[in-house]
Amino acid sequence: MNDFVQLWVYLSATPLFGLTATITVYVAAQALYARLGQAPWANPVLITVLALAGLLTLTRTPYPTYFSGAQFIHFLLGPAVVALGWPLWQRRQQLRQRGLALLAAALAGGAAAAATAVGIGWALGLPQDVLRSLAPKSVTAPVAMGIAEQLGGIPALAAVLAVLTGLVGAISAKYLFDALGIASPAVRGFALGTASHGIGAARAMQVHPDAGAYAGLALGLQVIIASLLMPALAAIL
Amino acid sequence: MNVLRGLAVLLLCQSLGEALAVLLRGVHLHLPGPVLGMLLLAVLLGWRTLQAPVGQAADALLGHLSLLFVPVGVGVMTHMAVISQYGLRMLAALVVSTWVGLAVTALVLRALMPTLVPAPTQPPVTMR
Repeated sequence: MNDFVQLWVYLSATPLFGLTATITVYVAAQALYARLGQAPWANPVLITVLALAGLLTLTRTPYPTYFSGAQFIHFLLGPAVVALGWPLWQRRQQLRQRGLALLAAALAGGAAAAATAVGIGWALGLPQDVLRSLAPKSVTAPVAMGIAEQLGGIPALAAVLAVLTGLVGAISAKYLFDALGIASPAVRGFALGTASHGIGAARAMQVHPDAGAYAGLALGLQVIIASLLMPALAAIL
Repeated sequence: MNVLRGLAVLLLCQSLGEALAVLLRGVHLHLPGPVLGMLLLAVLLGWRTLQAPVGQAADALLGHLSLLFVPVGVGVMTHMAVISQYGLRMLAALVVSTWVGLAVTALVLRALMPTLVPAPTQPPVTMR
């Protein structure tokens, strides 16, 4: 028993632990999600995050120890943002034909999401640094961190809020679109990519190829728009 | 091998993007390096040689995009102080604003192009 404890203490302190735990739990969550017929509430990111946070709390493993392994996955967010150039390039034809409509929708949706988030947060009395971390929440996590830093928010909190926003969209968008009578997979996908970035887009990609394609396009557009316009918001706040 | 070649292109674009971001900061333009890298990649993809490798690497990365958010998501446990104090209010702001964002985007897009409903044809991906 003592040997086992020592082995655990050793293993849980190496980067191997964070990496192994992240990928293993995610693979299991994906299998569960597939078995449940891709039900929105069984979102694999939500399940993985809850399971890992529970595991770390139970084993009293500090987050930095976990992150020393998980950072190898986290690092890939940068190249993944660059990779969004691929769906943008693939759909350059649609962009040229419908660019204005897509841009208008992305601008309106992105601005509405950021404004309501900050507005509601302000009305509910959230402190300044939390408000400034809320503003970029519809942008994909790595970019949101950079924007929050410029705005004077807390980058780590902004990233968490962005991930939560993605989860809210991925889990509830289906019901919202059904209630609003929005049937087109392209429109649904584009809205998911705009308002709940990578996690919403990942959900769209699983549901329908058109939805996925437009979600990827929206994700790329939102990243550009937010990086350009958010600093302007900083001046107002 | 193609995936690896594509990954090399992505990382090179990101590196150039980061360098460009530092230069632009000098003229008070704040753009994240990966975003500049993305724009650079979209331009470079006009070069046919890059298309197949980048396509495969990008599809591999974007196909598992949600996994990449897990480490940050687990970070929620380090913000327990803020969450226990403001959790419900933050959640209210998050949920309502996400719904507003989704609804506004979808309604504006549907109003501006009601003809979008038929599926757009995707350009064929060149694979070797």
